[in-house]
Amino acid sequence: MSGQTLYDKLWQSHLVEQRDDGSALIYIDRQLIHEVTSPQAFEGLRISGRAPWRVDANFAVPDHNVPTERQERSGGVAGIIDPISRLQVQTLDDNCRDFQILEFQVNDVRQGIVHVVGPEQGVTLPGMTIVCGDSHTSTHGALGALAHGIGTSEVEHVMATQCLVQQKMKNMLVKVDGTLPSGVTAKDVVLAIIGKIGTAGGTGYAIEFGGEVVRGLSLEGRMTICNMAIEAGARAGLIAVDETTIEYVKGRPYAPSGAQWDLAVAAWRELHSDPDAHFDRVVELRGEDIKPQVTWGTSPEMVLPIDGVIPDPASMDNAAQRESTERALHYMGLKAGMAITDIRLDTVFIGSCTNSRIEDLRAAAAVVKGKKVAATVKRALVVPGSGQIKLQAEAEGLDKIFTAAGMEWREPGCSMCLAMNSDKLGAGEHCASTSNRNFEGRQGFGGRTHLVSPAMAAAAAVAGHFVDVRNW
Amino acid sequence: MKSFTVLKGIAAPMDRANVDTDLIIPKQFLKSIKRSGFGPNLFDEVRYLDQGEPGQDCSGRPLNMDFPLNQARYQGACVLLARDNFGCGSSREHAPWALEDFGLRCIIAPSFADIFYNNCFKNGILPIVLDADVVDRLFQQMYATEGYELSIDLERQVVQTPSGESIHFDVDAFRKHCLLNGLDDIALTLESAPAIRSFEQNWRQQSPWLFDVIR
Repeated sequence: MSGQTLYDKLWQSHLVEQRDDGSALIYIDRQLIHEVTSPQAFEGLRISGRAPWRVDANFAVPDHNVPTERQERSGGVAGIIDPISRLQVQTLDDNCRDFQILEFQVNDVRQGIVHVVGPEQGVTLPGMTIVCGDSHTSTHGALGALAHGIGTSEVEHVMATQCLVQQKMKNMLVKVDGTLPSGVTAKDVVLAIIGKIGTAGGTGYAIEFGGEVVRGLSLEGRMTICNMAIEAGARAGLIAVDETTIEYVKGRPYAPSGAQWDLAVAAWRELHSDPDAHFDRVVELRGEDIKPQVTWGTSPEMVLPIDGVIPDPASMDNAAQRESTERALHYMGLKAGMAITDIRLDTVFIGSCTNSRIEDLRAAAAVVKGKKVAATVKRALVVPGSGQIKLQAEAEGLDKIFTAAGMEWREPGCSMCLAMNSDKLGAGEHCASTSNRNFEGRQGFGGRTHLVSPAMAAAAAVAGHFVDVRNW
Repeated sequence: MKSFTVLKGIAAPMDRANVDTDLIIPKQFLKSIKRSGFGPNLFDEVRYLDQGEPGQDCSGRPLNMDFPLNQARYQGACVLLARDNFGCGSSREHAPWALEDFGLRCIIAPSFADIFYNNCFKNGILPIVLDADVVDRLFQQMYATEGYELSIDLERQVVQTPSGESIHFDVDAFRKHCLLNGLDDIALTLESAPAIRSFEQNWRQQSPWLFDVIR
């Protein structure tokens, strides 16, 4: 019998009941809650007269709707101008109060994007099962946890039962060996992976990311990779626990300490795939081959290296591919044969649960330091992932570097990644964005998103068009 | 949840791959704290010519008549024919809520994104996976025949075309059971409460750092 994968181990340790019909009951250690996908779940509990199974397994923070402009933010919930957003954030506060769930409210200095705050606070830990009504919950897999997004019915189900009904996924290993060239980051690695396997390549799988390049990344970089596992179709991304993981978790406010820390670390050291574990699919990439990546279309798989040119649909044999390329080029206002470096930007967005951590902000600041945003770029936003990151960045003087360059330094939240607050693209605007989705309308009606790393976004802000950050 | 047993009615096309949940229901409508009323905003950005806002009366908005669901021949559709990777992207259950509220109870595609697929079953919608060439054939028949109707029998796991062809589909037994009977799966899970408690007790002893910390 072959050994177990990391996913197999996490599944096995949380298996409450295996049923004859192939479904299983899986115990959930932590549920993260935000304002958009939870109100109907709380309402469901009230209607059915059910109480949360275990209050201390839940943690809430508003992030999707919160304003990021200081003025609007300073008024707290009551100061949110959009009445529908205000009601949604207020509803989260009310529900957490009524059900006694710990919440970092909008102006708590620990508030931020739920997937940034969880690991930062030690609310999410290695070895856990973690769910949230948000597809980017895969982020937490970087800690060696089994984490994935769920719908609102399942949010209610987990609140009421502490379990999920699940089918076991298949195992995929994405192995990135070798070394990354200077200027190439975790974001470029994950975009290159999506470019290779496609946005449905991981459907039905839990993807474990491994290899020398992944091992060499910081925990922040690993989170960027696992965050976008869902963009490859995989609900869960995973990375084995190592010294980097344990060092990252140590001393976090809600992480164990003392004797419990030692116990926990001993358990966490088992959280890796066995050498003889079987994977249903293995995909391999070489770090040296990866260049800075830019998406040109309306799906994350429509991605090219910075020295690429826009593909020509006329040269495609597959009718469906030709049609979707034509549609994407029409929406994006781009022509076949155009160089990626000729794409001009109107807006730059540095933020989101993919790339708003301190390391991301440092990388962007290093690029713009002493320079100015191009006159043709109308707006460049830098939105830290949490209040803690904002404080850290300010202590390092990064905010001054951004504002001196002509960028806006904002309050933490999801912001322009999905444009539920007032940070949106105008129709037809091209945006260099460090977020995770370039779908039609994602960042605003008619907006055109190009996904890139923080360093690439910062360089594009200064140049006014995409440039190769390796030559910066 | 509404049960799903047999469904017969007009099939309509959503003829492109990788239809994401942002396209099914754009983000501005996610601000609602309700579960209902999303139907008028289903596929909002391609269905209307203007930009939709939450709370707006959609009856007077300019329609995009190139969009099939606006065309006379597809009125009253309850089956949606779709392409690969339907429902990719965000986990928003507002997507199946919007489809259901619009009246679409069955989606047939060569593949679905995982979270969306799962969310459908929680809302009385049956997502059916068929081979790409079979789906393609259904598309062609539908385009060629005004008033094209499909009938879906979940118990027998069969899609029947107007010409009488029966196409078998697979569905997980547990999900089928819940959908056929319109069951609330929370109540079903709570039947296992003793097993959950016993698991939890052992788990607490083994991993005490996971308990009583977040409060």
